[in-house]
Amino acid sequence: MTTSDFQETRRLSERTLLITSVLVVAALLSVPLWGSSNLMRTLVEFISLLALAQMWNLLAGYAGMVSVGQQAWIGLGGYALIVFADDLKINMFLAVFLGGVVAALIALPTAALVFRLRAGYFAIGTWVVAEVFRLLVASSTDWLKGGSGRTLAAAGALERGLREDLTYWLAVFIGVSAVALVYWLMRSRAGLGLTAIRDSETAAASLGVDTDRVKLLVYVICAFGTGVVGGLIYLNVLRITPEASFSAQWTAFMIFIVVIGGIGTVEGPLLGVLVFFAIREYLSNFGGWSLILLGVVAIGMMLVAPQGLWGILRKRLRLELFPVRRRLPDEG
Amino acid sequence: MQWVNIVLQGILLGGLYALYGTGLSLIFGVMRLVNLAHGDFIVVAAYLALVAGQMLGLSPFLNVLIVAPLMFGLGMLLQQGMLNRTLGKGLMPPLLITFGLSVIIQNVLLLTFTADSRGLDAGQIETASFTVGEVSLGVAPLMTFVVAVLLLVALQLFFSRTTPGRAFRATSDDPATAELMGINSKQIYGLAMGLSLAVVAVAGVLLGVRTNFAPADGPARLIFAFESVIIGGLGSLWGTLVGGIILGLAQNIGAQLNPTWFQLAGHLVTLLVLAFRPTGLFARTRDT
Repeated sequence: MTTSDFQETRRLSERTLLITSVLVVAALLSVPLWGSSNLMRTLVEFISLLALAQMWNLLAGYAGMVSVGQQAWIGLGGYALIVFADDLKINMFLAVFLGGVVAALIALPTAALVFRLRAGYFAIGTWVVAEVFRLLVASSTDWLKGGSGRTLAAAGALERGLREDLTYWLAVFIGVSAVALVYWLMRSRAGLGLTAIRDSETAAASLGVDTDRVKLLVYVICAFGTGVVGGLIYLNVLRITPEASFSAQWTAFMIFIVVIGGIGTVEGPLLGVLVFFAIREYLSNFGGWSLILLGVVAIGMMLVAPQGLWGILRKRLRLELFPVRRRLPDEG
Repeated sequence: MQWVNIVLQGILLGGLYALYGTGLSLIFGVMRLVNLAHGDFIVVAAYLALVAGQMLGLSPFLNVLIVAPLMFGLGMLLQQGMLNRTLGKGLMPPLLITFGLSVIIQNVLLLTFTADSRGLDAGQIETASFTVGEVSLGVAPLMTFVVAVLLLVALQLFFSRTTPGRAFRATSDDPATAELMGINSKQIYGLAMGLSLAVVAVAGVLLGVRTNFAPADGPARLIFAFESVIIGGLGSLWGTLVGGIILGLAQNIGAQLNPTWFQLAGHLVTLLVLAFRPTGLFARTRDT
């Protein structure tokens, strides 16, 4: 990256960013007043994928930890939702967040194991862990109903329209929080340490970044965020199986969205989810073809434009919406 | 006697896992690259052998002579046409590219061959077995093991005794210095990926003779390869064989205790090794 790259990018003023964000969020919040329940379901899915992609981007794009086992936290979050809401009779909207707490708590011992693996082997290690959770859940035939899965019974206690509205508002809250979290974290001191680790772990350590602690922090935060979204996804679809919830396809979605949109930027996943939905809706009648096309586009991106669509746009428009890159003081 | 049988089956299965693992650790050793589509290439090789068998009517053991060179060429092409372009840009691009390939391969196989599982017809060998005392051994699993060990011996000789083998090791130790000695590291990387996929081709055919396979089977093969390597220790061919055998034993013993524990037992042994002996049992390659 050259200095001219930095000098020529315009940034929205904090006020413009704030006002635009408030308007977008207000528009999103108003959907239940005029939108169909179909639209709301699609938007919940859209927001879920956006939040998942933000979490994977934080882990890989900012901290350099490529995990292909993020489905572990989706499955745990989803199952935690059902256990807390149905077995322990806790409010199901609250249970969504408890799912994130469960994921974060389990991420701690998991990190102790997978952090012993470097780079590529770390990726497969995270996958093994996700498989262990899937197999354990599937072998719980009484409590978790094994391979046939469970249904969120608590959902029946609430009138359908109200439940859908509340689920939708919760999704907006989670989606906005995910974007805000990454934005805030990357502008913090820890974020600076993270970027340093991604660029060179050895150099970061030599400059006093506590690399192990920062990486663990990010890993656990991402597990929490992904677990919460896992709960949200199954609050939306109401039925969970180990095969679907612990499927590696979730991670494939996250990776394709982030790589196509632009890895290591807050804007990238936003753009990526739009492309992802466009391709999926357009090719929905062609089964496996949409995944093949997404894979081809993602690989093409990695080879030709590793900065993704947002990288291309940023150069063209010379604009950053969510500035998290550091600049030298005299560049203003 | 039943347990003797289970242990023998586990050991024989380990030979196949060692081949999976060798293909994976070979390219990691030479260029620190982890191929996330590794397992899917094993399944591709099995399907290629299936198609070759249908077209030529030959036994899978002869088809491997067609499939292995094909996979070698595919590996060269993949490395030189695609992955070499990402050299020096960190570890992430090759990981994400091979992950994308994995998804593409699974879906292309699914669209081409449907989700039905298939097997390679090796004739009588598949069901033939012989009995020693009260222990009965299948000829196919035994052949798999023997072929796997022979291939490992051949690779060991290739790396230790031949000039290209030395070039591989030199590039693995220090690519910059190897370049100064006149070695074209990009070419070595291409050959390494080719060799890896040729080993994968043999593994894929042996897999097809032993059991059925389906388009979505790749990721599990990748994980078995990884587990053999991690248990055995990075960069050691014989370590990978021992790792594969331990994995095969764990899976077979686990399945005996509870039929659903086949994969779980293997994963747990791997995590135990990671917890108590993170460098594996016979580590050699440094992973930095």
